[in-house]
Amino acid sequence: MFDSLDALFLARAQFAFTVSFHFIFPAFSIGLASYLMVLEGLWLKTGKSLYLDLFKYWLKIFAVAFAMGVVSGIVMSYQFGTNWAVFSDKAGPVIGPLMAYEVLTAFFLEAGFLGVMLFGMEKVGKKIHFAATCMVALGTFISAFWILSVNSWMQTPTGYEIGANGQFLPGDSWWAIVFNPSFPYRLVHTVIAAYLTTALAVGGVGAWHLLKDRANAHARLMFSMAMWMAALVAPVQIFAGDMHGLNTLEHQPAKVMAMEGHYESHPDGAPLILFGIPDSEAGEVKYAIEIPKASSLILKHDPNAPLAGLDTIPKEDQPPVGVVFWAFRIMVGIGFAMLGLGMWSLLARFRRKLYDWPLLHRAAVLMGPSGFVAVIAGWFTTEVGRQPFTVYGLLRTADSASPLDAPAVAASLLAFVVIYFAVFGMGAWYMLHLMKKAPQPLEKGVKRGMKGPIRTAGITPGPTQNPGHAELLPDSDPTDEDPPEGSKDARTPEGGER
Amino acid sequence: MDLTILWAGIIAFAVFAYVVMDGFDLGIGVLFPTFKVGPERDQAMNTIAPVWDGNETWLVLGGGGLFAAFPLAYAVLLPATYPLVIAMLLGLVFRGVAFEFRWRDPAHRPFWDAAFTGGSLVASMAQGMILGAMLQGIEVANRAYAGSWFDWLTPYTLMTGLGTTAGYALLGSTWLIWKLEGPAQDHAYKLAFKAMLATGALMAAVSLYNLTLRPEYADRWLTTPEILFTWPIPIATAIAGLFLWRALIKRREVAPFLLSLLLFLLGMAGLGLTMYPDVVPPDMTIWDAAAPERSQIFMLVGVALTMPLIIGYTAWAYWVFRGKVGADGYH
Ligand code: HDD
Ligand code: HEM
Ligand code: HEM
Repeated sequence: MFDSLDALFLARAQFAFTVSFHFIFPAFSIGLASYLMVLEGLWLKTGKSLYLDLFKYWLKIFAVAFAMGVVSGIVMSYQFGTNWAVFSDKAGPVIGPLMAYEVLTAFFLEAGFLGVMLFGMEKVGKKIHFAATCMVALGTFISAFWILSVNSWMQTPTGYEIGANGQFLPGDSWWAIVFNPSFPYRLVHTVIAAYLTTALAVGGVGAWHLLKDRANAHARLMFSMAMWMAALVAPVQIFAGDMHGLNTLEHQPAKVMAMEGHYESHPDGAPLILFGIPDSEAGEVKYAIEIPKASSLILKHDPNAPLAGLDTIPKEDQPPVGVVFWAFRIMVGIGFAMLGLGMWSLLARFRRKLYDWPLLHRAAVLMGPSGFVAVIAGWFTTEVGRQPFTVYGLLRTADSASPLDAPAVAASLLAFVVIYFAVFGMGAWYMLHLMKKAPQPLEKGVKRGMKGPIRTAGITPGPTQNPGHAELLPDSDPTDEDPPEGSKDARTPEGGER
Repeated sequence: MDLTILWAGIIAFAVFAYVVMDGFDLGIGVLFPTFKVGPERDQAMNTIAPVWDGNETWLVLGGGGLFAAFPLAYAVLLPATYPLVIAMLLGLVFRGVAFEFRWRDPAHRPFWDAAFTGGSLVASMAQGMILGAMLQGIEVANRAYAGSWFDWLTPYTLMTGLGTTAGYALLGSTWLIWKLEGPAQDHAYKLAFKAMLATGALMAAVSLYNLTLRPEYADRWLTTPEILFTWPIPIATAIAGLFLWRALIKRREVAPFLLSLLLFLLGMAGLGLTMYPDVVPPDMTIWDAAAPERSQIFMLVGVALTMPLIIGYTAWAYWVFRGKVGADGYH
């Protein structure tokens, strides 16, 4: 009933499921950590409590996202061995050390300083507290650095030797391994993606509260900040994506063929297929809407340049076209939608109605979750597009898997699906709940009234997540929920200790 | 100095750090249902709230370190104990979030309490059984696991699983003795006593079973001259056990936890000696599984630079929240 192919497919499905779930959280926490750093920095510089309120508002949400990133990440560090044992044995000497560096330089740093960040200024003072926030943000970036280096090495392996026992061994320079050809592009594009994802989420929340109350100063501030990000960074991201694509064309041409839907070679100028339905059986894209010669123009900067198609690649080395083709279009489509929103916000600023244009706010709410969709679509393009290899051109996916039987993998996959949806669904619900509450002056940390320290990851203690306001916190305050009457749009109520 | 031996030492250190730090909070999870709903449970939770998560980073270092320093061992061990590893990971997921959600969702607190205990229990059992599966030997052919589905399930691994769980319960209850006061502390004394007896009995049983597991193991413990090096360990263990007994009867507050740690250290040293130089018994030595020298050196630089810092701020964190804990958390 089950043959080995099924076990392989299930192992892939399980890995894809767990890593996709994991990545949703870092995509948010990388961006949010930096956003929090900016907010706190602005607060220290200007002394305006508006910034501190927003800091505390997003800190609570950050705490939940971070906790889920950690638990889903711990799963990932074991998935390589459980699902890809042969790959682990062969590639371990090269990528293992990079991942060890991630633990040593990133995870401990985050865990160490997160506690201080959540635990409050009243214990360590504002300066050290800000330093801790910076360390957490730095930690998330370092983490992305190493893990993307690992992934990029698998896409474009360099700097290795093949040992007598079939292992990949490090050559004489680690530099060549860490800074492999696709790594700079992937790092830039992914980190910007995390920032955009966060910006859109923050903007969506801000817009939501503007729709309910246009005068809410906090909602205005976060909406404005987010729209600046969208307007300025979306174009950069599109440019970075384009560069990334050119790099991919050089190192993994088959992936680009699948993204473009080019089954056939085009000796004198390839068309850009906007939409269509790829049919791998027939080897053509059905109902294609295409712009003649545009693909050659984009990829080769010459409308008549020849472009090879999948017909030049042996069947057994071709990636599946459908997933790559669609995922790529979803990502690019969202990228342009983000750009559109950013431009719209510029127009609104120009016409002085950034806070008074409900249609714009509705669009921003709609686009709130779009970053998450785009990053997952981007990763599906990347990962499915490199098939059928795990180490590109050198080690096949089929030869990477653990010696496991299908029912074992099926059972664990089922367990992952059920538990992840239940547990992380609850967490997401909790975050939405926090976002639904309007940000207010004198924003509280997590309420002490619930009894008990509410904190998340981190090895340092966190009796309260209310930096700067401890003295304002009664142990239990039933009126916590309600904003002080009439203070809703007060700009600068006395905010915490100065 | 042979780098491979050094790396075996570093991995052993990471595992020990993990066992010490996460062991007591897993143990508290296991004992959780025996505490009264309300302040007693909240207090028990509060003693570990600030630290459990940083503690688990050591597990990532243990796993990641094994992958990096002994890739072949990682590649064999995880498929061989696949169901256990998956169960452990899911247990940790449940436990980690239960921690958060318990406070945030009082309406479902009983459910999250159960998830906290269930997750801790599953993770402890799985960790102990993985250890047992390693010790009893793993079938390897062509650099891959060659055994069948349920090789990891034997009376021996059940014993090591129970032993580890009991040991974690001992760490957890002695930690609570240190951190709590009043009736909750009284309760922790009673639990610690029971956990000590269970741990002692299971440690003895596992040790005796080890002698029958493989002839090499018996040689190590029963023939001269090895005996001169190995026997001090069980003797020291017995002495530490007696001191622990005394400390509990005299209601010392800090000593029980430290003595329990000592018991763990000795237990691990004993198992390490039993296995050495194999990393995956019966045939795979640490040299067979080791990453090449270039990888070892590269990582060693990282460890040398970061480990002092990591240990430094971990110690500082524990220092900051020293002292007893009330029901509302640290003050
Ligand atoms: C907010 C997220 C986001 C947005 C708006 C875009 N991307 Fe992207 N893209 C990613 C997030 C992302 C990503 C998740 O970060 C990926 C997956 C792996 C990687 O390196 O970056 C990615 C991969 C990726 C790849 C695959 C590279 C490879 O695997 O070799 C290409 C060619 C592009 N992107 C190109 C674009 C273009 C032309 C965009 C313009 C509209 C664009 N991306 C928008
Ligand atoms: C975090 C975002 C990521 C997402 C959403 C993602 C998604 C995926 C998907 C969809 C697959 C299945 C491809 C297929 O089988 O057709 C896959 C495979 C894989 N990915 Fe990723 N990936 C991510 C990051 C990474 C990183 C950072 C690494 C390496 C460190 C990695 C390593 C792998 C490996 C080893 C496979 C197995 C090969 C396979 O299943 O075909 N992935 N990933
Ligand atoms: C692009 C891909 C990835 C990025 C950018 C990334 C980034 C991060 C970040 C920033 C964290 C900190 C927690 C958080 O912010 O939510 C984290 C946690 C974690 N990630 Fe990933 N990750 C990626 C993929 C992976 C993969 C493929 C693995 C598997 C080896 C992995 C392993 C982990 C682990 C073990 C943790 C928990 C760390 C802890 O205990 O503190 N990550 N990741």
